[in-house]
Amino acid sequence: MGRYIARRLLETIPLLLVISIFVFMFIHLLPGDPARQMAGLEAPPEEVQAIREEYNLDKPLLEQYFIYMKDLLTGNMGRSLKVKIPVSELIASRFPFTLQLVFAGLLWGPVLGILIGVISAIKRGTWADMLGMLIAICGLSAPGFVLGLVGIQFFSVKLGWFPTGGLEGIKSLFLPSIVMGTGIMATLARYARSSMLEVLREDYVRTARAKGQKESIVMFRHAFKNSLIQVVTILGLQIGGLLSGSVITENIFSIPGMGRLLTDSISYRDYPAIQGLLMIFALEYVLINLIVDVLYGVINPKIRFD
Amino acid sequence: MSNKPNEQEEKVVLEKDAASFEENYIDENILADNSSKAKEFVKKFMKRKTAVVAFLIMVFLLVIAIIGPSLAPYDPGAFDYDNILSGPSAKHWFGTDHFGQDIFSRILAGAPQTLGVALSSVIVGAAIGTVLGLLAGYYGGWIEMLVMRGADVLFSFPDILLAIAIVALLGPGIINVFIAVAVFTVPSFARMMRSATLAVKGSLYVEVARSLGCKDGRILFIHIFPGTIQTLIVNFTMRIGSAIMAASSLSFLGFGADVTSPEWGAMLSQSRTYINTAPHMVYFPALIIFITVLAFNLFGDGLRDTLDPKIK
Repeated sequence: MGRYIARRLLETIPLLLVISIFVFMFIHLLPGDPARQMAGLEAPPEEVQAIREEYNLDKPLLEQYFIYMKDLLTGNMGRSLKVKIPVSELIASRFPFTLQLVFAGLLWGPVLGILIGVISAIKRGTWADMLGMLIAICGLSAPGFVLGLVGIQFFSVKLGWFPTGGLEGIKSLFLPSIVMGTGIMATLARYARSSMLEVLREDYVRTARAKGQKESIVMFRHAFKNSLIQVVTILGLQIGGLLSGSVITENIFSIPGMGRLLTDSISYRDYPAIQGLLMIFALEYVLINLIVDVLYGVINPKIRFD
Repeated sequence: MSNKPNEQEEKVVLEKDAASFEENYIDENILADNSSKAKEFVKKFMKRKTAVVAFLIMVFLLVIAIIGPSLAPYDPGAFDYDNILSGPSAKHWFGTDHFGQDIFSRILAGAPQTLGVALSSVIVGAAIGTVLGLLAGYYGGWIEMLVMRGADVLFSFPDILLAIAIVALLGPGIINVFIAVAVFTVPSFARMMRSATLAVKGSLYVEVARSLGCKDGRILFIHIFPGTIQTLIVNFTMRIGSAIMAASSLSFLGFGADVTSPEWGAMLSQSRTYINTAPHMVYFPALIIFITVLAFNLFGDGLRDTLDPKIK
């Protein structure tokens, strides 16, 4: 197991390096002179020069990258052009909001999704199956901003049950958590169903039934547990969807998290902040997938010896 | 001159040979089988009622996207200050917005933009991804490593975050949304086509083609590519739904179409200001986006179940 984790960790390093190059190149891929872009198109030449020096844009590209990496590894992601504080501090102040949203979505989405999927598989072909899959495909087809706006209109404006925005107290978390969790619920319902159906066809399930095992034990211990293996992988990929879902959710509900910070920074052309956020989002996603892979190794012993 | 009769004779012999070859070696049942495959597919597909309905809705939406704007009862850009934010009525089916513009007309007028961007970006993204995936799967080695690691990096910016990053780089605008959604489509097709290629590459007919001395290009595009086409079609359809979602999300965030244009995501973005007073401004564009994505997804599901029941 230790070796498996070590191997997965080592595999992550080159990926993170390439991501860092990608994010570093971001300002260099901008059309025109990056210093001019950062200073603003109407900025006087001295200001452009000051920016060029502050961000080492006058040095050779390779040297710039090494400086960038050295700074990055010590947690220095430059200074925001808009609010003039270090990007790392800016992101840290917004991070708790996004984290709350991600948890709010994770709290119910996967559980309900797997439940719907498993029930649909067991009751295959019945109305329960059809209802479950209808819920799933509808959830999959409703973009976050559609769900969010319709939710605000109906539940907040018309019924007055929830606040229309902000993040204060449990009540305000309800609608955002619906927007965050729906996609993951829908996807997992579909995967859980097909993976459960696959497992139900396996010989060991037939054997368990043949030896007279109780149906509930066959379903839970033999089928459900094994069907989870596939579902966990998908869950990891879906958490990435949650991270990007936070961009939409935070914009609909005016929540000052990382997603909102990203769209604001793009509007303001705050390139150091954009770079920092892209790096953190990618890093989080890679780490989550690493954790999921390790978990995958724990629940599926076969994978460790590949 | 003297060769001529000979040539003719030879031709006759050849034709006879070909005829006798067809008579003796080509089983008529095989020929019939090929044309009935399409029939069988249609028959199987017709049994999936939801998929058929979804298909009809999809075709209807595409027709709207082509001729819809000319059907619009009002000029989608015309201001009517006497009819601001009025609810649905016989005159204005879906009501009017904050400029008194007819929402029904705007939805019709926005269809080509919303659907056009999604379709064209998936076509371009899928084409690039497919070629990269075929090359990666067929050649392996450094090409495969490059393509797959590239896909890994793009995948590290999950979902529409990648599209947002690209728009951040290129600036807002509908053309940039097209590019962003196309790039966002590439890695998933590259990955999927690589594994589809690997699966087909080992089959006997590819080996035969290679041993007969076929060139790589021919093997790839004439022999391997058709073997992967089912996977391609199914994923293509599925991807259109997510492209519509991604493109309209970008417009909703203010990075896509001009906010005053009738693009569906942009219309919803505008509706936020009037969410207290004019719920119809939210509901109708929301409903049309939802129905469109749902139709493409259901059709994709139906196609997948018909073409390849295994990947259910």
